[in-house]
Formats: sequence, structure tokens, C-alpha cells
Amino acid sequence: MIPVPPRRVLVYTIPIALLLFVLPFVVAPYQVALLTYGLTFAIAALGFNLLLGYTGLLSFGHSAYFGMGAYGVAFIVKYFKISSMEAFILGGIVAATAVAALFGFVCVRYTRIFFGILTLALSQVIWSLAFKFFWVTGGTDGLRVPTPSLLGVGMAPGQDKMAFLAHRYYYYVLVIFLVGVAVMWVIVHSPFGKALQAIRDNETRAEFVGVQVRRYRYMAFLVSGVYTGLAGALWVPLNGLTTPDILHWTFSGKIVFFTVLGGFQTFFGPIIGAVVFNYLETYAVGHTVYWQLVLGVVLVFLVLALPGGIVGTAGRVLDRLRKAA
Amino acid sequence: MSLLSTKALVKYFGDTHAVDRVDFTVTQGELLALIGSNGAGKTTLVNLISGLLRADSGQIHFQGTDVTHQSIHERIAEGIARSFQLVNLFDQLSTLDNIALSIFSREGKTRRLFALADHDSAVQDEAMAVLRQFGLEGKARMVAGGLSQGERKLLDVAVAYALRPKLLFLDEPTSGVSTREKAPIMDIITSIVRSGRITAVIIEHDMDVVFKYSDRIVVMHEGAVLADGTPDQIRTNDQVAMTLLGTHV
Repeated sequence: MIPVPPRRVLVYTIPIALLLFVLPFVVAPYQVALLTYGLTFAIAALGFNLLLGYTGLLSFGHSAYFGMGAYGVAFIVKYFKISSMEAFILGGIVAATAVAALFGFVCVRYTRIFFGILTLALSQVIWSLAFKFFWVTGGTDGLRVPTPSLLGVGMAPGQDKMAFLAHRYYYYVLVIFLVGVAVMWVIVHSPFGKALQAIRDNETRAEFVGVQVRRYRYMAFLVSGVYTGLAGALWVPLNGLTTPDILHWTFSGKIVFFTVLGGFQTFFGPIIGAVVFNYLETYAVGHTVYWQLVLGVVLVFLVLALPGGIVGTAGRVLDRLRKAA
Repeated sequence: MSLLSTKALVKYFGDTHAVDRVDFTVTQGELLALIGSNGAGKTTLVNLISGLLRADSGQIHFQGTDVTHQSIHERIAEGIARSFQLVNLFDQLSTLDNIALSIFSREGKTRRLFALADHDSAVQDEAMAVLRQFGLEGKARMVAGGLSQGERKLLDVAVAYALRPKLLFLDEPTSGVSTREKAPIMDIITSIVRSGRITAVIIEHDMDVVFKYSDRIVVMHEGAVLADGTPDQIRTNDQVAMTLLGTHV
């Protein structure tokens, strides 16, 4: 990944951020709610790509951290009767981090296919626990999560839930998303981020410049788990319900899809991929019963024709145009 | 004064005695050449000393400390660094970042998550100075994967050098480069090593390079030390000539 100067990044990101802030005033609430889903998925994809794009580890188990983020929230509601979004975030992150800490301890000892299979297998353990321990998790019925209060202010009496989600909740998620992007940008451009990229490029040499490969992988695994857990915690009030589906390995596959769609070799690729995928899936489901076929064709096309993903390909085209000019 | 010594160091791969009870010493400040035919055990010996391989038995002492059971990063902290026969770089990072990473690591800064690497001017300036020493300052912003083979070889050594080691192993620093490039590369490397007062061990096949640049030569054969002496002593050693060249002196 060739570093892009921060100033050039700000030239692109500030107008986009401003556009995101005015969006609820120009588009329908449903579209804003859809984008809110996209932003939560984008946070998960950012975390996932710290492992794939920057550390060279392909995880097929990120559904576990996303799901633990969501179930952490649901348990706070069920056992503590709390409906504060800040408590939800804290509980979601703690739950996801605990699982990431445990799984990471085992998984970072392996790489390549072994790492992928191990993460998948461990995430399936969490899924089967959620599936079978129905008196705790609600089984296939899942657990309901009420609309939370944001910074101590709840939904106004009689307020439409969609209006709340498409306005106040959207801004809440947007601010967390922007902070999350900024923090991840700093992490991947920090000495720690450079060490991760060194591990990705050449594990042996990384050891021989003094980088303790396993320890750094573990740290990356934890940060990745925190981001994905945060995403799960933000997602569940939108959905109003969490079920074992989001713990299943197919949801991990979706997170991989977001990242490949946007381009895992770029910082912004996974963000774009998550938002685009969310629209793609929503409209495919709405228009055809063969929506999975549509997504499959898109994935095959991506792998064969656009291995750099949307952002990677766009970057390459822009470079060519710049050179030609 | 002995900087490094191995005592009865052994490494077997099945029936192959890659390193067989080797006693090997490196003296402070010297530029030592380790030579021998393919399979003589040179790279295995360096792998054992640098920590890439674990010895079956024997001991490795560095500056009086037993480092036999130390991990790679502990040995690096002690002051042992190495380059590789097959270039080992971080291909998707810039040339400057390859060096900067060594410096961050040396200074214990790689654990910093919330500081921009490019904004650490002390590290960036030092990394640029190292690149200048190796004649690579013009390629600082280029990704390492885009460099020529000769430049990659130099960068490989520079990455190890940036750790400021006390003992630097250079595993065939001119392999894979054209004959014309060999002398300039060796001139750069040896001048930097000597001016930095770094003790260096060069593994090399090219005898012209070995005799021209080294203070002392150790010859290995079938996992054991065959001869040890100055370039003149080795040049006139009948046993070495027979083993390496198949002829008498």
C-alpha cells in the first residue's frame, strides 16, 4: 500500500463527511436508515481489514465479534434493564474483546489457511452456543433490543422510530464512524501499523528487525475485534433484534465480501465495499428471489475482473488518466 | 577480543550433519569471511547464531552472554543482526519505511499505535541518512518491490545496519547481481561497516570478493571448520585449494 499524504486524504474526506451530515435533510428516512446500516458494517470492515489488508491474515470468524457486540447489548437489556446507548457500546465492546482475546490467543499462532479455518471453527462454537442455550440467548427467536437513549436523551413520546433512526441515531453512528475511521487511519500509519505491514510482507524479516510477530498479530486481532464488536453494538438497535444468524460463518463471509468488493489493499476500500454491499443486497433481496445468485455473480466478477475492488480499480484508472494527461 | 564464540555447535537434519561440533569465533572489529562449497554449513551456522534455527547441542556466547536459548528479538537486542542470501524485504513498504521500521524497532517505538510514523522526524531523518550512506536516497519514496536487484541487496543490508548491530552477518551480499555491480556494492558495504566500527561476517562464494575485502577467512566443509586464517594463509592452504577448487596450490 503506497501511503497517501494526510492532506490529500482530507481533500477527499472532508467534502464526503459534510455530505454525510446534510444527507438526512435531502433523502428519505428509509435511505438514511439503510446508510446507517452501511456505516455500522463499514466499522466492522475497517476492523476486519486491519487483519487482512494490513497484517495478511484472512479471518473467517469475524461474525463472532460482531455477534458478541450485538449479544453483549442484548444481555445488558435482558439482565440489567438498561437502555443507554453508551452502556450498550461499552457492554458490546467488552463482550467482543473478551472473545477476541480468547480466540486471538489460539489463532495468531497460525497463518494462511490454518488461521482462516481456525477462526471459522471457533466462531461456529459461539454460534452453536447461541443456538442451543436458548434460555440465555433466546435461541432462534433471538433477543429484542429496545430503542436506546442517546447521551441520556431517549426517544420523544410518540416519535416515529424510523424518524429517530434516520436522524438522531444516524448522527450518533456517523460521529462514531468518523472517529473510528480517523483512529484507524492513525493506527495503520503509526509505527505499530508499519510493523503489521512488515509482518504481512515478510514475517521472517519482521522477526529479524525485532518485531515480535505473534504479539503484534495478537494486538491487531484485539483491535480488529474491538472495531467489529463496536459495529455489532451499533447495529443491534437499528435491527431491534439479535439472532444467531449474525454469529454464523456466512456473516463472516459477508464481512470478507465487503472488503473484497471495496478493495482490501486500500484504506477506504472496505468502507465503500460495506456501504455498496448493503445497498446491493437490500435491492437484490427486494427485486428477486435469486438475490444470492446476483451476489454470487458480483463476487465472481470482482475476483476475475476487478481484483483491486472498487477503490483499488478506481485508483488505478485515475493514475492512468493522470499519467496520460 | 572475542565478540562471539560457539562451542561444539551441532545441527543435524536427519542424517545430514549440517553443522558438526563447530567451534567458531569472531573477534571484535574484524571483517571475517565465511566460505565453503554449497552445503558446507555456512548458512546453517549463521541461522543458528542469529536464532532462525535452534541448535541440537553446543553453546553460543555473545559478549560473554550465553545466547544459545535466546529468541531472535533478544539476540537482536544484544546486537546481532543479519541480512539474507535471498533478499528479504518489506516489498509493499517504501524504501524509507523499510529502514524506518528497523529504527522504530531498535528504539522500542513499534508499539506506538496513536502516533503517525511519518511525523517522527528524528527517525525519518536517520532513515534518510542511512539511505544516503547506501546510495539509495533517490529511491526513498519508491516501494521496495520496485527496486533493481542490486538496490534490493543494498537495502537488505541497510535494513540490518539500521539496527546498529555490534555484529552483522551478511549472507552472500552480492549473489544474484551482475559482475559489474559486485565491486561497487561491496565497496559501499565494507566502507560503511568499517567506518561504523561494526564487526561483520560475510558469507560469500566469490573468492575475489573474499580475498579483497576480508581480514580473516574461515573455511567450512561438510559441516566442520576446515581452515581458519588470513587471506594469504588461506590462499596458500593446500587442503583448502583441494577442497574448494579440486587442485593443489
